[in-house]
Amino acid sequence: MSDDHDDSPIAARVRELEAILEEKGLIDPRELDQVLEAFTAKASPANGFRVVARAWTDDGFRARLLADANDTLPEVGLSMGGGLQPQVLHVVENTADVHNVIVCTLCSCYPLSLLGPSPTWYKSPAYRSKVVSHPREVLEQFGLALPDSTRIEVWDANAESRYMVLPRRPAGTEGLAEAELAALVTRNGLIGTAAV
Amino acid sequence: MPRINDVGGLDGFGPVLEELDEPPFHADWEAHVMAMNRALIGQGIYNLDEFRDAVERTMSHESSYYENWFRAIQTLLKEKGVV
Repeated sequence: MSDDHDDSPIAARVRELEAILEEKGLIDPRELDQVLEAFTAKASPANGFRVVARAWTDDGFRARLLADANDTLPEVGLSMGGGLQPQVLHVVENTADVHNVIVCTLCSCYPLSLLGPSPTWYKSPAYRSKVVSHPREVLEQFGLALPDSTRIEVWDANAESRYMVLPRRPAGTEGLAEAELAALVTRNGLIGTAAV
Repeated sequence: MPRINDVGGLDGFGPVLEELDEPPFHADWEAHVMAMNRALIGQGIYNLDEFRDAVERTMSHESSYYENWFRAIQTLLKEKGVV
């Protein structure tokens, strides 16, 4: 991170501000490196994949996860701590009748630690506005066509509450081990813009 | 000037564009902006709500996500007399 060769005007302005803050003793470049390393090392959708695979294979875990996700995550070595302020996680389960999708209509709230850094489209006004009023249309744009009989529930996150979708376990995966199941899950599946 | 922070249900923002295999950051400076913001909030220079408020009142839909973040950070630092 200290080796920065980006010559764009904004990169130069960011470097300039960083130098001023460093001179004032407000930031420490080593500390910034640590912040970034911790962020990239800990925030990964692989965490969410693991949670889903466990929920698919362990009914007790699934029930506890849906009832109180913050209390249950430590069972798989994860937690909702480490953010800038405490966050309550709600895991919402897809069923034969209900499909869930998450959004933050106000800004870009997202369960980073479980889903990794959020994609730009999630933070775009286009997604944030439209998934609320025309969820079916937005999901179709992502290639997810749901039967008319499926009810779509949209969950709007905020600074205190985050959501993650628990996708339905695909048919024909009965013989798979937990790690193999985790490999089937996608980031968009955890947002709800994909089936799995 | 009134501002609309919560865009839920509004029209007129165009299609949702998905970038395939999008990296966490599109340039190194974006990572610097993210880390700088965490450090400044961690130091108590401003808090998360002040930051979000600053993003909302200074944001431009023509700017990228982290360009808007950088503008908000600069605004807060100026207002707080830090820079």
